[in-house]
Amino acid sequence: MRARKIRPGIAAAAALAVAGMVLAGCAEDEGDEGTNTAEGTSPGEGKAGCEQLVQFGDLTGEEVSLYTSIVAPEDQPHIDSYDLFEECTGATVNYEGSKEFEAQLVVRAKSGNPPDLAYIPQPGLLNTLVTDTDAVVAAPGPVEENVDEFFGEDWKAYGTVDGTFYAAPLGANVKSLVWYSPSMFADNGWEIPQTWDDMIALSDQIADEGKVKPWCAGIESGEATGWPATDWLEDVLLRTGGPDVYDQWMNHEIPFNDDAVVEGLDTVGDILKNEDYVNGGFGDVKSIATTAFQDGGLPIVDGKCAMHRQANFYAANWPEGTNVAEDGDVFAFYLPPIGEDFGNPVLGGGEFVAAFNDNTVTQAFQTYLSSDVWANEKAKATPAGGWVSANNGLDTANLVSPIDQLSAEILADPDATFRFDASDLMPGEVGAGSFWREMTAWITGQSTEESLEKIESSWP
Amino acid sequence: MTTTNPPAGVVTGAIAKESAASTAKKALTNPWASLAAVVIAVLWTVPTAGLLISSFRPENEVKGSGWWTGLGGPYTLENYREVLTGGSSAEFGTYVINSIVITLPSVLIPITLATLAAYAFAWMRFPGRNLLFIGVFALQIVPIQITMIPLLSAYVKPPFNLISLAGGEAPGGGFYTIWLSHSIFALPLAIYLLHNFMREIPGELIESARVDGAGHVQIFSRIMLPLMMPAIAAFGIFQFLWVWNDLLVALVFGGGSLDISPVTVRLAELSGTRGADWHLLSAGAFVSLVVPLIVFLSLQRYFVRGLLAGSVKG
Repeated sequence: MRARKIRPGIAAAAALAVAGMVLAGCAEDEGDEGTNTAEGTSPGEGKAGCEQLVQFGDLTGEEVSLYTSIVAPEDQPHIDSYDLFEECTGATVNYEGSKEFEAQLVVRAKSGNPPDLAYIPQPGLLNTLVTDTDAVVAAPGPVEENVDEFFGEDWKAYGTVDGTFYAAPLGANVKSLVWYSPSMFADNGWEIPQTWDDMIALSDQIADEGKVKPWCAGIESGEATGWPATDWLEDVLLRTGGPDVYDQWMNHEIPFNDDAVVEGLDTVGDILKNEDYVNGGFGDVKSIATTAFQDGGLPIVDGKCAMHRQANFYAANWPEGTNVAEDGDVFAFYLPPIGEDFGNPVLGGGEFVAAFNDNTVTQAFQTYLSSDVWANEKAKATPAGGWVSANNGLDTANLVSPIDQLSAEILADPDATFRFDASDLMPGEVGAGSFWREMTAWITGQSTEESLEKIESSWP
Repeated sequence: MTTTNPPAGVVTGAIAKESAASTAKKALTNPWASLAAVVIAVLWTVPTAGLLISSFRPENEVKGSGWWTGLGGPYTLENYREVLTGGSSAEFGTYVINSIVITLPSVLIPITLATLAAYAFAWMRFPGRNLLFIGVFALQIVPIQITMIPLLSAYVKPPFNLISLAGGEAPGGGFYTIWLSHSIFALPLAIYLLHNFMREIPGELIESARVDGAGHVQIFSRIMLPLMMPAIAAFGIFQFLWVWNDLLVALVFGGGSLDISPVTVRLAELSGTRGADWHLLSAGAFVSLVVPLIVFLSLQRYFVRGLLAGSVKG
């Protein structure tokens, strides 16, 4: 997208266009279920993929502004995926990405200068925007229909505040993955574990064989040191305690150091604090705290470690030239459930699309982004991979990289119970403070009870 | 005795003075002191030199080893190419032009207003002058962070149904709000600084001009402005560097349009969404450094002179 340049001659034309837009605004009708429509025939009439958008009428010349936290080079696939919308409606999308997004969006919403739409990476931020600024507009009918059709209940709930549905899910990431080396597994005759017990048995077997350590991990991440360990606990608690306990724990309806959580963290400790299991390629248990999370899984490629639990976005951290595929150098398997009571729990994250006004063009774009059409357009526009959505209308064949396909399959699994990363939803003092800190202390020797107790006492 | 003693005392005093001066001279030309100065200078320059070397190293080298291991190469211009042509939203040149378009009015507006205001505060008598000056002085302690949301709200929905300055429909595409905000934040310090400088100009000069029949306008333009040039230039450099390096004001008041974003916005995004491209930052730092460096070096002599403006008379 090139920068807009305003020349004097065009300024007059622009003034006329503004006047025209005001007149068009008067002609807008209230459609069904709170949607607006513009007059005229949509330029997308009869074109493939435009079916949902023709109802909004002719939006030629209108502009819709979008504010996100995604910057170059990841922004280009997003911008490319709007081409179909622009063809269908005639409107233009103005994309703005900023790394200061989370602070700036609140400032702009509070001072009455919000964008038309924003990609919100955390349900907690959506909650803040809705309750503190009152600037977010509820999702129109077609968006809600799309979400009901293409996303699970769990996902819709994260876009809902106080019973009102505001924001449709967009992209997603999957954290319940264990990275491994397919060739190492094949050479040693190891099989991908289907249950937690299988996984522990495999770990014991690898440890006994003594060629490599079964697990490697790294939780160092600057001021956020400790977060990969919080993901471990969340992932395991989701399996030992189940989604209900997980939700209660996240909302502090049960204490942070509840027995269920103690059990969960001890289960994590059976792996992460087991000298026989860790820390492949780095050293003893304590080396987990000093190893950067970006490096945590790299011993797998060097043949010094068998398994590493980390999210799908870890794919970007493998050295250049590493083949990430089921028959390649590294790949991942789904972290198996513990017992059969809770289905297949999936820990992850994602973005949500919030709108700040109910203009026709805003609603049209919101509808487009919540549709299966967009999810497939986005997949096609991301040739390098590294993007996935929980939209079950997404055809996995359109995803380029095998790890994206695996993530999409895990998300689309009807038995899957999706839960958002809890530390992102807890109060900042805990979720971005004591939780990280105490998990680091836990790795370096602090007891489970003491660690959880300290986090509990820090809850505001 | 009494007649001979004082000269002797003076002589000894003179000798003592001379020896004090020579000790001072000795101390300052002490080879150890020089060595210390050189060591400090080197220590301060080493990180910058490391940054410069890093900016020319290939990505894998930067991420794999320290800059001191790269003294012998290999070198590449790839980082600079990426900084200058990468990014998908706009070309780098657009950001540079935006920075200039933002900076020039943001320096000229506060200087113009502050010089006039400083003159009024220093040499015109009007009721409430001191109270008003204390008010302006006190405004310096208001942190700009707490003014942002109220100020932006005022731009978006101005009182008395005035035309909105921020948002998509604003005239000038949003530059006005950035210029105005920088001016607002700069004025208290500018007025204070220039006022104190103006007070130091001898009153006789003004009086004699007045006797010759000069009014305020003539006194201001014929006497004050030429005498004030060093102070104005010094403040100009201060303000230029502040505005050029500013990210916060541009982000908040820019109304969220990349079309009017300065270079700093591009630099802030250089490392990518998850910070994976941090090897570009050193090259970005040097690219953004060029313009302030030219301005600083060419106006440097005013800078030191102007730093003393507003200080106690010596």
